[in-house]
Parts: sequence; C-alpha cells; structure tokens
Amino acid sequence: MQSTAPAPLPEEIRDVIAPLTGLEGPLLPMLHAIQEVWGHVPQAAVPVLADVLNLGRAEVHGVISFYHDFRDHPTGRHVLKICRAEACQSVGGTAVAQETLARLGVDWHGTTADGAVTVEPVYCLGLCACGPAAMIDGRVLGRVDAARLAAELEAAS
Amino acid sequence: MRIWVPLDSAAKALGADAVAEALAREAKARGMDVQIIRNGSRGMVWLEPLVEVDVGEGRVGYGPVTPADVPALLDGRMNSLGPVEDLDWMRRQTRLTFARCGVIDPLDLDDYAALGGLVGLRRAIGLDSAAIVAEVTASGLRGRGGAGFPTGIKWKTVAEARADQKYIVCNADEGDSGTFADRMIMEGDPFTLIEGMAIAGLGVGATRGYVYMRSEYPVAIEVLERAVVIARQRGMLGADVLGSGRAFDMQVRVGAGAYVCGEETSLLNSLEGKRGTVRAKPPLPALEGFLGKPTVVNNVISLATIPVIFERGAQHYADFGLGRSRGTVTLQIAGNVRRGGLFETAFGMSLGEVVNDIGGGTLSGRPVKAVQVGGPLGAYMPVSKFDTAMGYEDFDAAGGLIGHAGLVVFDDSADMLQMARFAMEFCAIESCGKCTPCRIGAVRGVETIDRIAAGDPNAAALLSDLCETMKDGSLCALGGFTPYPVMSALTQFPDDFATLKEAAE
Ligand SMILES: Cc1cc2nc3c(=O)[nH]c(=O)nc-3n(C[C@H](O)[C@H](O)[C@H](O)COP(=O)(O)O)c2cc1C
Ligand code: SF4
Ligand code: FES
Repeated sequence: MQSTAPAPLPEEIRDVIAPLTGLEGPLLPMLHAIQEVWGHVPQAAVPVLADVLNLGRAEVHGVISFYHDFRDHPTGRHVLKICRAEACQSVGGTAVAQETLARLGVDWHGTTADGAVTVEPVYCLGLCACGPAAMIDGRVLGRVDAARLAAELEAAS
Repeated sequence: MRIWVPLDSAAKALGADAVAEALAREAKARGMDVQIIRNGSRGMVWLEPLVEVDVGEGRVGYGPVTPADVPALLDGRMNSLGPVEDLDWMRRQTRLTFARCGVIDPLDLDDYAALGGLVGLRRAIGLDSAAIVAEVTASGLRGRGGAGFPTGIKWKTVAEARADQKYIVCNADEGDSGTFADRMIMEGDPFTLIEGMAIAGLGVGATRGYVYMRSEYPVAIEVLERAVVIARQRGMLGADVLGSGRAFDMQVRVGAGAYVCGEETSLLNSLEGKRGTVRAKPPLPALEGFLGKPTVVNNVISLATIPVIFERGAQHYADFGLGRSRGTVTLQIAGNVRRGGLFETAFGMSLGEVVNDIGGGTLSGRPVKAVQVGGPLGAYMPVSKFDTAMGYEDFDAAGGLIGHAGLVVFDDSADMLQMARFAMEFCAIESCGKCTPCRIGAVRGVETIDRIAAGDPNAAALLSDLCETMKDGSLCALGGFTPYPVMSALTQFPDDFATLKEAAE
C-alpha cells in the first residue's frame, strides 16, 4: 500500500490473476485480487487484463471506473469508511462524519497530509440498528462518535 | 460451562470480540473449563454483545456485556436477563427462516442438522422438478428482495426452459439502508442459504450457483465461504448432493460497492465481469440470465426460507400471513429506535405496533416523526399511517412499499427536506447512467430542493414534475422509485419545505 512502491510488472500482475482465469466472469475477482495486493488497481493492470481476457482496454477501464470500490491510486495507510445512509443519519451520523472530516482536514475520498488515513463514504454497513456505523480497515464499529473514531484511528496507527 | 458470544457484525461492532477474548483469558486464568462458541445474533441488537451461558439449565443471557463485566459474569454475580428463549422479544416472534440463527454455531453442520437442517433438502431430493416447484408455489412465498414476485412462478419459468446449463444466483447485495437480515442469516446460519440454493438447483435443473455478496460485508463473506467449503466436504454440495446422484455446487462472489448492482440484471452484468448497468427486460433473467442462460435470481431471505418450507410443508408456511402476503416477514427495525434488531413475524402486524411496541419508540425519547420503510427507495411514512398493516398490498395502498422490510425510525429532529435531498443525491451517486431522467434528473433534483430551501416559491412544483419524469422515464426502480421518499417527504411534511420561505416573507 506504500505510495512509493514501484509500479508492478506485467508478470507480477499475471501471477496474481492466473489462478482466476478458469472462473465464469473472472474480471471482478481479478480486480479484487489485484487491489488486495497493491491497495489499488495500478494502470499497468489494464493492458494485462485486456490481454488475458481478450477485452478492449477501454472496456476494462470502463469496468474499473464503474465501481466505487476500485481505486486507481493508493490510499493512506488506513481506510476509514463512514456510513452516510439514512439509518445512520437518524442517529446523528452526518455530524460524526463532518466532525471527523474537519478534524482530519480532508473531504470525502481524501487522504490526510501525513498519508495515515483515507476517508471514504459508505452507504450502509448493515449496522443500521447500532449506528452511526463505520469501518476501519475492514473492522466494523457501531454507535460511534467523532471522539471514538479519533481514538480508534490513533490505536490503529 | 458453555458460553456463546456472537460473531455477528453488529455484535462485533459493539465489542463482541473483545468480550470473547476477555472471557477466554479470564477463564484460563481461573483454570475454568469453559467452551466459548461464536454464534450468530439473536437479533436483539440493543443487547449486543449478548452473551449466553449454559451451566446445565438452559441458556441464560447477559447483555450488553463489556470486557469489564467478565469477572462478575464468570462469578455468577452479573445481573442476567433470564433464559434467552423466554425474553418477550423472542417469545413474540414466529421464527421460521431465523429458527437457528443465534442458536447454533454457524459452521457446525451437525448442530445444523440436529435442529431441522437438511430435512428439507432430503425431502426435495425425493421429489421431481414439478413437485418441488409446486411446493414453493403452494407456500405463497414471494421474493423478499423487494419486488415481492411469487418465487414459485419464477422457478417454474426456469424449470421449463431448455438449456445445457442453468444457474441459481443469490442476490446478497443488500444495499438498502435499514436492512441487515441477509447479513445476519449469512453470518448466523449460512447452511440455510446453501440448502435453499441446493433445493432451488434441484427444482429447476441448475447445477451451479453464485452468491453475489456486497463487499461491505467482510464477516458474512468469511463465514459463508467457510460454510461452502464445509458443505462441499460433507457432500451437501458437489457432484452427488447428499447421495442423490445429482450435482449442485456454488461460489461466493464479491461486489464492488455499487448499489445498483442489487438490481437483478445489473447484478448479472456485474457477475459476468461487466459494468453494472441495468438490462432492459425482456428477456427475463429466468430465460436469459447469467451468461445468457436460464437463471433464478432470488434474494438471500427468499432462498433461506426454502428449507423450512420443505421441512415443515408448504401449508405450514402459508398458514401464516395476511391476504396475499403469506408466511413470515423478517422485520429489520433500525435507526433512531430503542430496541433495534431483527424480528420475524407473520405478515399483518401494524407499522405502529412494530415501531412503538416492538421497537419501544425512539432511542432519543423524542416523538417519532417518520419511518422510512423499504430502503432508500421507500416512502417516509408519517405517524398518521401507523395503522398500515405489514403486507405488500397494504403498504402499496398506503403509498409505500415494504421492500426488504427494513424500517428506519426518525425522531422529530429529522429535517425531511434534507432527507429528500439525500434521496436525490444518493440516486445521482448510484445511477448506472443508462436513463437520462435518472442520471441527470437526480442531479437536478438536488438543485431543485436546494432552491426550495432557499425560498424559491416555484421550486416545489418543479420538483413534483421532475419526480413524474423520473417515474415515467426510468428503466429500473432506482430512478423510478426515488420519487417515493422525495414526494412522501414533500407531501407528508410540508412544514419542513416551507420554513425558509416563511422566514423570507
Ligand atoms: C436499484 C435496485 C436495487 C436492488 N437491490 C436489491 C438487493 O440489494 N437485494 C435484493 O435481493 N434485491 C434487490 N433488488 C431487487 C432485485 O432486482 C430482484 O427483484 C430480486 O433480487 C429478486 O429476488 P426475490 O424475488 O427473491 O426478491 C433491487 C432492485 C433495484 C431496482
Ligand atoms: S433508472 Fe437509473 S439506475 Fe435504473 S437503469 Fe435507469 S439510469 Fe440505470
Ligand atoms: S445505514 Fe448506516 S449501517 Fe445501515
């Protein structure tokens, strides 16, 4: 996930996706696998995927850009997702998000200047009976407030 | 001594993992013989982490438990809630789909079989395709994913289609705010879903299945993937399902954060590795679905309800319910509510009873203002509509929809103009881009609501026109139903749309 890491080589990308070529509809699993390894989908993956799956590069790019999950640039060391959806709003989720963004000095999708945290909006985590909800690096958090998020981020780093 | 600590996401989000660790540590330090079982959730989210202890006289509940409570809990000094099965919330339910959720270890197939699991699949193995489809039809089961389409009719179409390959696709995209039933059953009793899919496979002649699960559910993904491996090892899936000589196998696929991929044709495109744009119907997915082959697309709860229908018989299921809404509805009570969670009951309870009696009113203690039922595309129901019965037709008549049966409660501090604005914003963010009224209309909708907020006297009429255009000119319910929350907010809560105008006058 280091932003300083060199761009992956085509062979490295091929190795990551090779086990998935037998799947029906392999592109999303491949993109997930790539993002799992490099933290984002590097530009270098597009021609490789196009070649392996016999698709146009524009088509592959179109798929990547359609989905909110796939990123074309690295994130911070931690990813904080804050739920913006209705059930969380009903218990003050909007204020939690605004306070947290202000404290970190970023907007949605932004990464803090020190590269520690990227904040993403998420529309429901299925924690709607214990909102406001959030997730730090895949770990779920319920009934959060801004102070709790700050403490959790502190503990994670 | 056996102790249960849920592994459910909601329980984890409220600290269940730390409680489980503290229990293990403390028990070890005391040299106690304690077996810690990670179960699903009973659905009482306000009591999570809900720890259950069995010292030989049934399971007694404690909750919410923090790590600091652990010494007292192990000493038997912590106040208990009493036997969990005797709690009012549990006794008042009719748990059919969720019968085992929270009770068993989700990954113990023997536990599963000991509580009625696999009975339905064994029975289905003895039936031919037509009889399986007839059983589903007789149960009256309608799709729980939102549209309420009769499941038996869908299966019949696929069963009668001729093709070299057919598929069962489970829609586990559960993107609606206020819903978590799919997540809960996949985390708490995943074999139920697997069994339901296997029965569907036998019923329509499909040998392959996929669960398309949203990426926002890491715990559910992990539990279900492990369950699939176990089911395969134990012969519940594979070339010879439970010795029937018939094949069915399945895989879990993970989505990539697009709400519209819950729409079935968009989901199929996504599963094929394409952009998740909506396909025009016809052709129906039942005839030309995944990779162009006949495909059953059903919601998690629809499929997870199939086993109990075959276990107890279609009539048993159909005997519950109201009008053409048969069986049970898995209510998800969420938002600003005192007792939030999952409550499974026969269709027919009134909205007000669910919110005030079961849910206990708002968490804040302030008056209820509105309840959004059916996710972000569902209407905001005012308190004056609280006598509406939980039933597909009843909600339709009241200008709402049940959808996936999620209820989000708002207290009187909610600003309905902001909620309407959010509905439009959400539609703009999540639109697949195919239809202009949805893609562009939603952006205009946000602007128009901002104009209302700024006091523009003509903007409300514009908003109504825009909603009409979106309703008429959208291919799917994202653009077509966004007018429900928007217009219900505008018409039921006009004061929230008038404040600034009055102030300006
Ligand atoms: C925008 C949109 C989102 C949807 N999201 C879901 C979803 O998350 N889960 C689901 O089961 N159905 C969802 N649906 C409904 C599906 O299109 C489809 O009706 C359902 O999967 C069929 O299964 P069922 O008959 O068992 O309900 C959605 C529909 C639309 C228009
Ligand atoms: S209504 Fe919106 S989401 Fe649905 S098909 Fe049209 S553009 Fe796509
Ligand atoms: S609305 Fe926030 S978790 Fe569901």
